[in-house]
Amino acid sequence: MTVPFYVAPEQLVRDKAEFARKGIARGRSIVAIEYASGILLLAENPSRALHKISEVYDRIAFAGVGKYNEFETLRKAGIRRADLMGYLYSRDDVTAMGLATAFSETLGSIFSHELKPFEVEVLVAEIGEGGDENHLFRVTYDGTLNDEDGVAAIGGKADALAEAVRASWRADLTLTDAISAGSAAFEQAEGRPSEGWEAAVLDRANGRRTFRRLSEDELGR
Amino acid sequence: MTERALPPLILDAPSPGSSFLDLISSLGHVTRLPSSEEGTRHQVPEGTTVLALSCHGGVVMAGDRRATEGNLVAHNSIQKVFRADEFSAVAIAGAAGLALEMVRLFQVELEHYEKIEGVRLSLDGKANFLARLVRGQLPMAFQGLVVVPLFAGFDDIQQRGRLFSFDIIGGRYEEQEFASTGSGSRLARSYLRTAYQPDLPPEEGVALAVQALVSASVEDTATGGPDLRRGILPNVVVVDAHGVEELADEAIRPAAEAAIEAIK
Repeated sequence: MTVPFYVAPEQLVRDKAEFARKGIARGRSIVAIEYASGILLLAENPSRALHKISEVYDRIAFAGVGKYNEFETLRKAGIRRADLMGYLYSRDDVTAMGLATAFSETLGSIFSHELKPFEVEVLVAEIGEGGDENHLFRVTYDGTLNDEDGVAAIGGKADALAEAVRASWRADLTLTDAISAGSAAFEQAEGRPSEGWEAAVLDRANGRRTFRRLSEDELGR
Repeated sequence: MTERALPPLILDAPSPGSSFLDLISSLGHVTRLPSSEEGTRHQVPEGTTVLALSCHGGVVMAGDRRATEGNLVAHNSIQKVFRADEFSAVAIAGAAGLALEMVRLFQVELEHYEKIEGVRLSLDGKANFLARLVRGQLPMAFQGLVVVPLFAGFDDIQQRGRLFSFDIIGGRYEEQEFASTGSGSRLARSYLRTAYQPDLPPEEGVALAVQALVSASVEDTATGGPDLRRGILPNVVVVDAHGVEELADEAIRPAAEAAIEAIK
């Protein structure tokens, strides 16, 4: 009978984390920027068919980086949870906090129990109703949940990207300003021009479903 | 009926994974009333007359505001015509409680599909799904709890407005000119049969729809006519290439006043 080699739990966690981080670092980043009447989600994405940003509910959007099939699984699961909660209770009972916690629990459990962790990072954005504040949550591959203010970024270059946007960020930015701040920050963080944009907003002006994708014209190219 | 606690996330939904109805069925959230062969008829509020007609560039859908319980008026200002999604509308007649729940599930299903798949269902796809919902009610229909909807929308493939009627077993019938359902539907249809003209401008389509409802309300006690004093007016929606427009009361009032004058 063969005895499996003993691997220290610290070593196991470190190896899994390193594996996930490497996978995420290969992908392109996404930034969320709050502006006067909404939240902009901006991703570098050369594909027009495969989306990284998606509507989840009336006031909630999702963005994911890393392995496409893995964040797509999470995106769909998020939509299922949101629609289920809204149908069983009321549309007001669907919150980004609940959704981000569910992503966190799921990613945390996959990280500890599965052989291969998900190589993803996800972002949940919620625009406040009336005078309520907006929410930006970042969930990493191991289920770590972060609550961000004003600007949030995910992906390989997340820190550099968030820092570059924060340098010029104000709460009363217009959408156009937010787009230029975001795209400039991308070029600064990556050190090269973008290979294509995918962008969407959650904007109070859009009615019940606040999510709207931006066209290439609106992105100024 | 046991309700399971919600797991944090459902990673694998029943195939094909885009249907909200299949999701809630798999989780045991769909309430099925026990069927009884005697057909114990409980008296429940029933929605009455709704109709739809095609006009230039789209479809008009309208409904009165009354729900009856036997020979009593149960509600005098319920809504029976609804936006289903950005380009379609649904109207209901029959057992009001079941019908309103059907509309809510239909609305969630269309939005759920759109978000999961990234594209809207085709208009035929929406009509077929609604037929499936009606067919799911069959055991209750045999107990007298009948729900019969009307469905209309703008078809972006064929670039025209289309309307569909249904029967209680989920039969789906596309209508070219007009359709109606509910207790006053025959009266409304008789009116439309003489007054309808193809390709009417939408404003005239709205006026005609309101006239047909008023005409039905004169002879059918279960159909509520416009109550100008209390400000209770029919619900009217117009669907065209720009989407669904739910008309405000101020926009319907002139048509209602004119119809009351015109219908003898």
